[in-house]
Amino acid sequence: MGWLKAIGAELLGLFVDDVGFAVSILVWVAVCAVILPLLGLPGAAPALVLFLGLLGILVESAVRRARKG
Amino acid sequence: MFEIDWGHAGPTILAAFLASMVEFVEALTVVLAVGATRGWKGALGGAGLALLILLLLVAVLGPVLTTIPLATIQLGVGTLLLMFGMRWLRKAILRAAGIIPLHDEEALFAKEVATLSRFARVTQGWDKVAVMTSFKITMVEGIEVVFIVIAMGAAGGGLLLPASLGALAALVVVVGLGVALAKPVSTIPENTLKFTVGVLLSAFGTFWIGEGAGLDWPGEDWSLLLLFAGFLASAFGAVSLCKPKTVGRAA
Repeated sequence: MGWLKAIGAELLGLFVDDVGFAVSILVWVAVCAVILPLLGLPGAAPALVLFLGLLGILVESAVRRARKG
Repeated sequence: MFEIDWGHAGPTILAAFLASMVEFVEALTVVLAVGATRGWKGALGGAGLALLILLLLVAVLGPVLTTIPLATIQLGVGTLLLMFGMRWLRKAILRAAGIIPLHDEEALFAKEVATLSRFARVTQGWDKVAVMTSFKITMVEGIEVVFIVIAMGAAGGGLLLPASLGALAALVVVVGLGVALAKPVSTIPENTLKFTVGVLLSAFGTFWIGEGAGLDWPGEDWSLLLLFAGFLASAFGAVSLCKPKTVGRAA
C-alpha cells in the first residue's frame, strides 16, 4: 500500500508546498470572492484587487523563502 | 453537450500540453531506469496499467464535473488550479534564482538504476519490483496530469477534449523522445517549462475565480493576456529580487 500513500501525499503536494503560501492564497481568494462583491466597488476594480493581491503574495513568498537561504 | 470553439481552446491545449510534458518527462526517467535494469516487460506493464487507470479517471471524473453549475466549478477548480500554478511558479522562481537546485533527470536516472539493481533479477513471469516501480511513478506523475486536464477542461466550460488532446500529444512526444534517445530526456529546459506553465495556470485560475465569483474582468476573455503578462512580469521581478546579492570587494 506504499504506492497508495505516495499518491495521497502527491495529491496534497499538488497544491501545498509551503503552508503559509497556500493559506495566504486561500484566504485572499475567500476575501475577494465573499467580501469584495459586498463593497460595491466599481467595474473591474474587484477583479484587479484579486489579481494584484495574488501577485503580491507570490513575490513576497518567494522573496521570504530566498532570504531564508 | 458543449460546442467546442477550437480558437478559444488553443490556450487550454497549450497549457495542458506543456504541463503534461513536464510530468511525463519525470515519469519517463524512472520507467527507462526500470526497463534498463529490470527488463521492459515489467516497466511497460506497470506504466501501461497506470495509464489505463488515469484514462479511466479522466473519462469518469471529467463528465461528472460538467454536471455541476459552471460558476461553482470555476470558483472551486479555479482556486485549486491557482494554488497548483502558483506553487509551480514560486518553485520555478526559486530555481531560476539559484535558491533551490534545478531538477536533474540524469542524476535521478542514475539513482533509480542504483536502487533497482539491488533487487534480485526475475527471469520468469512478472517482475513485481519493475511493475510496481513503473506503476507508482506513472500514477504519481499522471495524477497531476489528470488534475490539469480535468481542471482546464471543466472550468473552461466543455474543454475536456482539447485539454485531453494536449496531454495525449505530450505523452506521444515524450514517449517518442524516450524511444528515440533511449535515455532520460534531460535536454528539455524543465524549469523554463515549469515557469511558463506556472504563469499560464495561475492566469487561468485567477480568471476563473473572478468569473465564478461574479467579478468583472476588463475586456472579458482578453483580460487573460493581462493576467499572463502580470504574472510573467512579477515572476521575472521576483527572480531578480530572490537572487543572492554578491558583494563586490577590491582584491
